Amino acid sequence: MSIWEYANPKKFLATSEKVMPALWISSAVLITVGLVWGFFFTPDDYRQGSTVKIIFLHVPSALMAINAWFMMLVASLVWVIRRHHVSALAARAAAPVGVIMTVIALITGAIWGQPMWGTWWAWDPRLTSFLVLFLFYLGYIALWEAIDNPDTAADLTSILCLVGSVFAVLSRYAVNFWNQGLHQGASLSLDEKENVHDAFSSPLYVCMAGFVLLFLALVLYRTGTEIRARRIKALMARERLEA
Amino acid sequence: MIALLLRDLKLAFRAGGGFGLGLAFFLIVTVMVPFSVGPQSELLSRIAPGVLWLGALLACLLSLDRLLALDWEDGSLDLLATAPLPLESTVTIKALAHWITTGLPLVLAAPVLGVLLNLPVLGFQWLVVSLLLGTPALSVIGTFGAALTVGLKRGGLLMSLLVMPLYVPTLIFGSEVARRGAEGMAVQTPLLLLAGISAASIALLPFASAAVLRVNLR
Repeated sequence: MSIWEYANPKKFLATSEKVMPALWISSAVLITVGLVWGFFFTPDDYRQGSTVKIIFLHVPSALMAINAWFMMLVASLVWVIRRHHVSALAARAAAPVGVIMTVIALITGAIWGQPMWGTWWAWDPRLTSFLVLFLFYLGYIALWEAIDNPDTAADLTSILCLVGSVFAVLSRYAVNFWNQGLHQGASLSLDEKENVHDAFSSPLYVCMAGFVLLFLALVLYRTGTEIRARRIKALMARERLEA
Repeated sequence: MIALLLRDLKLAFRAGGGFGLGLAFFLIVTVMVPFSVGPQSELLSRIAPGVLWLGALLACLLSLDRLLALDWEDGSLDLLATAPLPLESTVTIKALAHWITTGLPLVLAAPVLGVLLNLPVLGFQWLVVSLLLGTPALSVIGTFGAALTVGLKRGGLLMSLLVMPLYVPTLIFGSEVARRGAEGMAVQTPLLLLAGISAASIALLPFASAAVLRVNLR
């Protein structure tokens, strides 16, 4: 029993169909619980008032925006090294989810920033690197869409993902150098004294777990769709050949 | 290798090769800037380093689609791929030819355009140095983008979308050097980082470009 068994699309589909209902339900429950808990059962911040509660959408979506790219990077590496089609399709399936998470993080950040910093947008390092990440996602998706041959597309996009990851990290540090920020540092690291208060962090963790599961469910679902689309294409090609 | 370099240079310099187009574009962009932001000389001298860097970057970007597309269309890229020269060297030479025909003229033209934008006197040498160090990175990164989109019919716009985010670190450090130079501040840190990016891109990206090109030539 190894993880490579799931490189077989049939096995992948069978297993993902089995776990998906559990993923959907648990992510829905966790996100509902986390959001209701966060919105209605946490105290207002003494300086930020109730606007602080947008953190329950902002932080989990930002977390998934970065981790979706990381997942694409791993999937691309698996495709480049072991050439499992499911892996390439999973990378393709994750990109639109990642881009939506990036947009949610940017928009909730803008809505939060307006009352707190007095501006919707500032060229702060964290904000800027998220915008750059957004551009990377757009390029990646556009390249997938532009190429007809699925294997060529998978090869090119996976190399773009590898090169892009290096440059995304470079940009992250470059913008740090380029401008000082308004954004606070990490809110949830283990060794910092400036973490958010426990009253906020517990529902936040629940929301984050919910977003992780939601992301998994969406990616599995979309990968399944891609596999089926690929199958339909093959069947249609065969039919044309026989006719 | 030298024969290939000479061939590429010859093709670029002869009629229809597009040599000078990038330069003309750089000139046009720089001339358009005062029209859009107004002619106040303090404002222009403040934004001059950034505008010149952005203009050079766009001129580089615009000339990228000729880098491999012409060789792809007439099939000489297939011949180059089957030649004894490794494809990694081929793309490096292509990038070098692109730099000589586009990047180097931009570096040389930048001080002249700096006069137009009222660049402070201190800024000229650092503008030239930063462009000299940064444009090779632009060429090498651009070659990667060109190799990615070489198989596509109208890949120009897509290539811009792919290449621009990759240009972000180079642009940040490059224009930071030029800006700090113009304001008389110490430039060592961004200069070293810019040189680092260039060196790393030149060393590593040809492998990615060659891999991508092999996929496209399959």
